[in-house]
Amino acid sequence: MRVTVIDYKAGNLTSVLKTLRHLGAETFVTDGDLSLVESAERIVLPGVGHFAATERLDTTGLTGTIRAAIARGVPFLGICVGMQWLYAGSTEAPQQAGLGYFPESCSHFAESTEKVPHVGWNSLEVRKGSRLLAGVEPGEFVYFTHSYKGPVTADTAAVTQYIEPFAAAVERDNVMGAQFHPEKSGETGLKILRNFLAWRAREAAC
Amino acid sequence: MLTKRVIACLDVHAGRVVKGVQFVDLIDAGDPAMQAARHAREGADEIVLLDITATHEGRQTLLDTVRRTALELFVPFCVGGGIRSARDAEQVFEAGADKVSINSAALADPALISAIGASFGAQAVVVAIDARRDPEAADPVRDAQVFVQGGRRPVGRAVVEWAREAEQRGAGEILLTSMDSDGTRAGFDCELTAAVSEAVGIPVIASGGAGTVGHFAEVFGRGRADAALAASIFHFGVTTSRSLKEELAQVGVPVRLPC
Repeated sequence: MRVTVIDYKAGNLTSVLKTLRHLGAETFVTDGDLSLVESAERIVLPGVGHFAATERLDTTGLTGTIRAAIARGVPFLGICVGMQWLYAGSTEAPQQAGLGYFPESCSHFAESTEKVPHVGWNSLEVRKGSRLLAGVEPGEFVYFTHSYKGPVTADTAAVTQYIEPFAAAVERDNVMGAQFHPEKSGETGLKILRNFLAWRAREAAC
Repeated sequence: MLTKRVIACLDVHAGRVVKGVQFVDLIDAGDPAMQAARHAREGADEIVLLDITATHEGRQTLLDTVRRTALELFVPFCVGGGIRSARDAEQVFEAGADKVSINSAALADPALISAIGASFGAQAVVVAIDARRDPEAADPVRDAQVFVQGGRRPVGRAVVEWAREAEQRGAGEILLTSMDSDGTRAGFDCELTAAVSEAVGIPVIASGGAGTVGHFAEVFGRGRADAALAASIFHFGVTTSRSLKEELAQVGVPVRLPC
């Protein structure tokens, strides 16, 4: 299994790389070498930190190359800010456009007496038919750390409740995203990453 | 539902987990990588590795220990002790830590908080505060003082005010240790924890004094802690995160029970 991991200089890649390798993946890191995206079998876009950091994906030409890879059917997983980038944008950096694969935008948690960022282990309400979250049972928890979130829509693969319901995971065809950190979510996270590494396009029905 | 975190702390000296009271009479408590993996398996929500030697010569040993510990650890992993610069932090992150905990270096140079956050994100910066109540003050809790050097030297700052500044400078979490309670196993300082937790909008991890399940329930309740850290009660099999969390669940504290 070969996985191309995108480095856009937003935080630390070590955890994601280590976990993918633990699951048997051969990892290739690119911070601008487009050929590693053009030849990618699978793509992971990690990310912690600020949405504005995704500007680097545009300036390096990675955005267009990733868009083309997604159109070819390459399985793609965005984690945290990497998932938020799949939307049209985020109020965290309104001048910075996302990929726009999902037409909505991400926004800050509503004013509340609860603490923001949302940090810690929270539960998932998995929608039927999710392939990324197959085998995740009620009562399993995953680790979050974020202040911005995506809205619940038809593309939402799992909903989590904190202040309000938000998209803990998204999934449409070969494009998947997790607002939580599967690489930090114990056995449940490993199961989710295994699902991603095993993801295959469905055979066209005859 | 967001659960309360139970964090296992490993005090490490020269590549081994050690346990003592107030950093004296150290007893060997095993290999850090094995201990961390065991805690994660037993349901700890997070692992903190604290380098209590933190000497210049010991840095390479620490980085090797972090690397070895991180390799098979798939829960959040925080490393503290001796991190004095953004470069020190970077090396610890490269070795596999998800967060760093900074204490006296942040007091000496508060800009270090934002410097680390700018490269690695605010979620990766935990500001650790060693606190003692001020018995002379009109309000010993609100006026609790920040200490360094293992609780020996006051720095002349109020805990609540420093926690607020740390938040403003971009800390992701506060790790609050009550030096009055540390090592006593007589319970967390719930009043002090609540005072800090109510003063900031970021999560507060309570530390110092864990002895019983009831202590955790108290600090999650009236102490308003988002997470609680313990070291000694987990060593030598006194209790496990699993049994601790099962008992917490029974008294209505939301916790993640291991599969």
